[in-house]
Amino acid sequence: MKAIVSVFAKDSKGIIAYITALLAEKEINVLDISQTLLQEYFAMIMLVDLTDCGLSFTELSSFLGQKGRERGLDVHIQRQDIFDAMHKV
Amino acid sequence: MSYLLNSSEILQTIQMINQQHLDVRTITMGISLLDCTDTDMDACCRKIYDKICRCAGNLVKTGCDIENEFGIPIVNKRISVTPIALVAASCAAADYSPIARALDRAAKETGVNFIGGFSALAQKGFTDSDLRLIRSLPEALSSTDLVCASVNVGSTRAGINMDAVALMGKIIKETSERGYMGCAKLVVFANAVEDNPFMAGAFHGVGEPETVINVGVSGPGVVAHALRECRGQSFDVVAETIKRTAFKITRMGELVAQEASRRLGVPFGVVDLSLAPTPAVGDSVAEILEIMGLERCGGHGTTAALALLNDAVKKGGVMASSHVGGLSGAFIPVSEDAGMIASAREGTLCIDKLEAMTCVCSVGLDMIAVPGDTDADTISAVIADEAAIGMVNSKTTAVRIIPVKGKSVGESVDFGGLLGSAPIMPLHRGSAAEFIARGGRIPAPLHSLRN
Repeated sequence: MKAIVSVFAKDSKGIIAYITALLAEKEINVLDISQTLLQEYFAMIMLVDLTDCGLSFTELSSFLGQKGRERGLDVHIQRQDIFDAMHKV
Repeated sequence: MSYLLNSSEILQTIQMINQQHLDVRTITMGISLLDCTDTDMDACCRKIYDKICRCAGNLVKTGCDIENEFGIPIVNKRISVTPIALVAASCAAADYSPIARALDRAAKETGVNFIGGFSALAQKGFTDSDLRLIRSLPEALSSTDLVCASVNVGSTRAGINMDAVALMGKIIKETSERGYMGCAKLVVFANAVEDNPFMAGAFHGVGEPETVINVGVSGPGVVAHALRECRGQSFDVVAETIKRTAFKITRMGELVAQEASRRLGVPFGVVDLSLAPTPAVGDSVAEILEIMGLERCGGHGTTAALALLNDAVKKGGVMASSHVGGLSGAFIPVSEDAGMIASAREGTLCIDKLEAMTCVCSVGLDMIAVPGDTDADTISAVIADEAAIGMVNSKTTAVRIIPVKGKSVGESVDFGGLLGSAPIMPLHRGSAAEFIARGGRIPAPLHSLRN
């Protein structure tokens, strides 16, 4: 299953490294990354593949949310289908 | 394989959810109770309770799972059942409130936040069972928390059952004597639909399958946000913008509906293309009308603005879903919409303007608090007017009117949660007693010579 990980935070060093290390720890492959700065805010969108991830979606979602909060990051994971449904005819 | 990420689209969706109150308003499971009839009231209640718990046992958990995985809030999980006047017809009991309490227990056991279908369809006349159900309403609504009731008193094909209109005025009045929350759970319809997922008027029609999943979407905040970007532009642009936004909202609802249907093993029914406000700031239908250029919702121009909004929501949504139904359109529940509350409080939004608005929007006079000393005949007359609009215009109309005991114009009442708060609105003086006392039926309208 593919999913979108979104990260919002005040820009600082090492955000990508921190998030990708968490993903690697859970056997999640990153397929694509896009990042933008909205003023001083950092917004990162990642497309990830959950095929080898052993956690359930709910467990993964709360793991990422919790680890994000520990570093002051707003981290969410959502199934990719929702974005396809809303934006592609 | 390419992994194209369109970050601006993804960010747009995330902003819609996080900042513009985009949500799925309700996943409603319709359940047929036609196999729960029994001559013994206790046995009937037991069958109803068991069947609902069996069919909807996983509804709330499935809703929460979908919410989690897609990151879309699903505000309500609800159940609608076959109109109880049909199910209970063979029961040898004058009082149907034990069934309401069985429904209430089943709703609490399954964890849903409302159950609809304590209903009677009496548009052409009463069965004995319809009358027993209607007379049970004050007790049923005051002795339960989650049960919603509705009575259909008219239709375009049958006309208006004025005996039912007269009786419902008295029943609403009697219900209000036992506390205003009862009236917030009771809707009087004309042209009621069988697949409506929204409360308080949801019931599972006889033409529906054994069980079904219907979904109601929402998103006034998303439409308002999109319209802010086209200030000063023509109505062509406004209509197009609303259509595009409604399309996206509805696609999300369709995805959730299909997913819920698949996981629960229950057929998908319809997506209700709706703009349902909540009392939260930024989630208001009135605000959309004001962004179109009106100083206040309720002023002149409001009806035209609402007509455009209602039509564009349907046009945008209809292509986004495989099956569309329910009430589909913009809702104008006064107490549930921050902008309407403000307009009603300052007197710009009055009962007459609301009545005009119901000619062009999806339902009717909804969540309107009136003085506690309003008499039953006046309530019946309000229902008759609204039913006439529905009957003549071949649309659903409804009245959810709440006489608040001990309160008068200028005061307000707080219903709590999604039901919001409402100022007590003035109704017209002048008795309709003689009009309502006539009884009988208003004949169905002619379908040619339409002017």
